[in-house]
Amino acid sequence: MLAMNYRGPYRIRAEQRPMPEILHPEDAIVRVTRTCICGSDLHLYHGMVPDTRVGMTFGHEFTGVVEEVGPMVQNLKVGDHVLVPFNIACGKCNFCKQGLYGNCHESNPMATAVGGIFGYSHTAGGFDGGQAEYVRVPYADVGPTVIPPEMDPDDAVLLTDVVPTGYQAAEMAGIKPGDTVVIFGAGPIGIMAARCAWFFGPSRVIIIDHVDYRLEFAQRYAKCEAYNFKSLGDPVVFLKKTTDWYGADVCIDCVGCEAEGNTLQTLSGRITLMQAGSAIALQWAINSVKKGGIVSVVGVYGPPFNLAPIGNILNKGITLRANQASVKRLLPKLIEHVQAGRLDPKGLITHRIPLEEVSDAYRMFSSKLDECIKTVLIPSAKA
Amino acid sequence: MKDIKDHTDIPGWGMDADPENEPTYPMKNYTGDDHNRINYERSEQQPPTVEILVSTERPAITRVFGTSAPPSGLSGMIRRYAFKHSEDRYRHWIPLILADRINTIEGLIDDVTKGHIPNVAKERGWRMELEHNAKGFLGKTLLCSLTATAVAVYLLNKKK
Repeated sequence: MLAMNYRGPYRIRAEQRPMPEILHPEDAIVRVTRTCICGSDLHLYHGMVPDTRVGMTFGHEFTGVVEEVGPMVQNLKVGDHVLVPFNIACGKCNFCKQGLYGNCHESNPMATAVGGIFGYSHTAGGFDGGQAEYVRVPYADVGPTVIPPEMDPDDAVLLTDVVPTGYQAAEMAGIKPGDTVVIFGAGPIGIMAARCAWFFGPSRVIIIDHVDYRLEFAQRYAKCEAYNFKSLGDPVVFLKKTTDWYGADVCIDCVGCEAEGNTLQTLSGRITLMQAGSAIALQWAINSVKKGGIVSVVGVYGPPFNLAPIGNILNKGITLRANQASVKRLLPKLIEHVQAGRLDPKGLITHRIPLEEVSDAYRMFSSKLDECIKTVLIPSAKA
Repeated sequence: MKDIKDHTDIPGWGMDADPENEPTYPMKNYTGDDHNRINYERSEQQPPTVEILVSTERPAITRVFGTSAPPSGLSGMIRRYAFKHSEDRYRHWIPLILADRINTIEGLIDDVTKGHIPNVAKERGWRMELEHNAKGFLGKTLLCSLTATAVAVYLLNKKK
């Protein structure tokens, strides 16, 4: 089968690889119909995530048709067209039982801090991902959800990560009617977080980034205010000023460890790797939020540590909430939003590229070329 | 003998508890299962068909795991060392980052020994850069080349 193959930082290729096999009675083999490149994949692509091994296939956003099921799979049958959440969750451990599917305790032997994630390094379990024609899906009875027949497959593939992560970013922020919400990062997750924030009744949603085309897209798609931090001088002062010198009620970090905007953070975090990436977006979020405010984090930060203003979290009495999205928990609500026309996930998609051209697709997304917001890779395997 | 978990003789024990105050809600639907710790029903164990490195913060391997790219070569040795230390330690993460870089070189050697010369320009997606950002890309390439040349000249002169 054709699959993406990681060869080192900034080097990937599509090549023939062995077909995945059922390795556990609760496995399924899925023929991928659509798969996306996520902003989180760029952290792997840039070599920022420890234990990202050469020969691995990335991809944690995919839909596909069930080709084979293990003997203990009961909820899926061959031929089902499913969307597969990015979290690999057993459904039985105490974390899964309480809805924390992103924190499953039985899907990642390599680390306890994070549950298993498809195609996301060995730090997240060493599973090959969905940027391939076929993929092994463990715990197939738990995560995979049959796509409603009337749902557009492009909407479905974005329900595997982008929409739930954007929604949970807003949900964790505890937005109250009338709140001012500031979102750092106008990538797909930030844009979706801005769009989903409106479900909670804020009076203002502001998005901050440094790429004009992304800001224009965010403004159009998420109906929010958009500002380029490069033209603001000091973004924290700007945000204080625009909130009556009070601070935002809520700040959401949708950037993670590769934020631009601060030379010291870039030098120590992105160039010399003295810390696990640049944490400037988190710093801005902590420093821009009001006292007693909430900071929600869905941007990916890797081990071992980041320089962030912990002292201000204490002094300002900030509540910090963060997690990988629990896709399965959120799916029923999000499917309803999509079916009712309240959300248009596929509106994020700007590029459709064959899996064979995965190297170009990564480069385009990484370098922000051709006004790329979201790329869908289309594998060509036939049933 | 008094049950070690019975604190009812402590004045005021539990009187201000508010089950409604659950800061993790709605992300977490608190059930009290946390207090059962790791006692829960488990799936069958996936047979370990490849070498799997396990965090020292776990009692055992998880019921399922990925079998992609098992540790091998020098990078594998470094990874095995890293996994002797907990996720809390720099001596876990720093060696893993080092192993990743060595693994990249091993990948190149592996390609060449199998008769595959990697098309680095294609792997790096340079075609995309040339198509959409030719000026910036060529400028950056020129800058990198000049820097590399300057460093090489400096080092050669230093040897003399």
